[in-house]
Amino acid sequence: MQEIVRVEAASPVVAVLAEGPLRRTMRNIFPFLVVGSLWEIVAHLGWFPPRLFPPLEAVAGAFASLTLNGVLPHHAFDTLVRLSAGFTLAAVVGVALGVLMGRSRRAEDILLPLVSIGAPIPGLAYAPLFLLWFGLGNVAAVLLVALVSTFPIIYNSWTGVKAVKDIWVRSAQAMGADDRRLFRHVILPGALPFIMVGLRLGLAQAWRILVGVEMLAAVPWGLGWLIFGAREFLNTDVMLAGIAVIALIGLALEKLVFERLEEFTLVRWGMLTS
Amino acid sequence: MSAPDDKLQRHRALRRGAITIIVAATIYQAIARSGYFTPVLMPPLGTVARTLVDSILDGTMLGHAAATIYRVLCGFGLAVFIGLPLGVLMGRFRPIESFVLPLASALMPIPSLAWIPVFILWFGLGNTVTILIVFYAALFPMLLNTWSGVRAVNPIWLRAAGAMGAGEHALFWKVIIPGASPFVIAGLRQSFLRAWVAVIGAEMLAASDWGLGWVIFDAKEFLNTDVMLASLVVIGFIGFISERLVFGSIERATIYRWGMARAAKG
Repeated sequence: MQEIVRVEAASPVVAVLAEGPLRRTMRNIFPFLVVGSLWEIVAHLGWFPPRLFPPLEAVAGAFASLTLNGVLPHHAFDTLVRLSAGFTLAAVVGVALGVLMGRSRRAEDILLPLVSIGAPIPGLAYAPLFLLWFGLGNVAAVLLVALVSTFPIIYNSWTGVKAVKDIWVRSAQAMGADDRRLFRHVILPGALPFIMVGLRLGLAQAWRILVGVEMLAAVPWGLGWLIFGAREFLNTDVMLAGIAVIALIGLALEKLVFERLEEFTLVRWGMLTS
Repeated sequence: MSAPDDKLQRHRALRRGAITIIVAATIYQAIARSGYFTPVLMPPLGTVARTLVDSILDGTMLGHAAATIYRVLCGFGLAVFIGLPLGVLMGRFRPIESFVLPLASALMPIPSLAWIPVFILWFGLGNTVTILIVFYAALFPMLLNTWSGVRAVNPIWLRAAGAMGAGEHALFWKVIIPGASPFVIAGLRQSFLRAWVAVIGAEMLAASDWGLGWVIFDAKEFLNTDVMLASLVVIGFIGFISERLVFGSIERATIYRWGMARAAKG
């Protein structure tokens, strides 16, 4: 539940909603102008070699040329494919296991110890092991991302199913609902807000780790590999352009996916306080 | 639920947990022994345990663990040292909020690991990079939780304290800090978790001789799967200890004692 705190923190727009749109935009752009000009001044003073500390126009140039010749979109596309493959796998397995654990005492007894042992180990620590077992490349990367994002999904689905009020279940049963309808009409809707929180957390964790995984797993395309490979040639401008794309994807995930999910579940079901 | 019932439940959970783990270990052992995979890639548990004990006894594992903990604590400490005051300032002063918040919202979605190559170029391999990556990972949860904590302090408390003649100083220490603390503690915990993940990744890519992440990654080169699994055990153990014992007891000592658990849960 502590994650709800973070969500609240992540929507800064509310704070300045009272002003006009133009003023708000200006106010949001101003800090970037300040930081950008500082960067430019430092870069042009020549304290650091320009290869290591390129001015922003060089970064923008690298960004534009890499976008135009299709390299950057290809990297970004592969990263997104990996993210969605890993996350989809995690969502299917995680929700299934979580719901099973919530419904069946036996499954809970069997799986809970394994989940509580696996969860505190940072997923990246498994990376070398996965690379040995599955080889360098996509399989290891996707499985690792899936593993990392499964834990929050399992945990939240389990909590969600457990949080469905006993009285709802019993009254549905009293009204003659069979197992199937009970699940479809009572348990699933009741647990859905939690499951959504789990999915959101899982996706966020998958995103946080994916770039690192791409650096380690030596996949042929992918933003992580783009940044890491650029190190060999001291292409700091390419790195920073890659990081800019990563930031854009991250922001898009936050605005388009996380906040939507939040709105969809918490607000719509009025479960903000549950 | 009454106390003896609760105790019974816990006993049962422990017993079942032990059974599951024994079964899982037996299955792993059976697969490892079956020779279906080479023992190099899937060493039997006895080998892993022996490696773990040996490396603890000759001090190498402790050295790696110490290096990792040192890096986490430096980065995390730096994040708290900067994030906490900055978060409070953001919550109290509007201009600081409107300056820092857009920057934080833009930087936060960038995974800390993405900065590793850039930092390696700037600072070289070694401690500086790992500590900075940990700092980057831990900073934002700390900053944003503190900020929302300070903003969530009930304005009535502030006005009441003001009406009772509290100065800015007393207001800060007696009202704002305790009021924001559930959020701050949630932030500490989240920051530490992020830091713990980041340090492993950063060590794999940027450390040069010590550290649990480095030892796992280095073991890959020599196919020392037993060393990897032994280090994984140590990593899991440290993670578990810090999560349960350290942060659990901090929470018990503060939030629950002050009866603020509900506030922390939003």
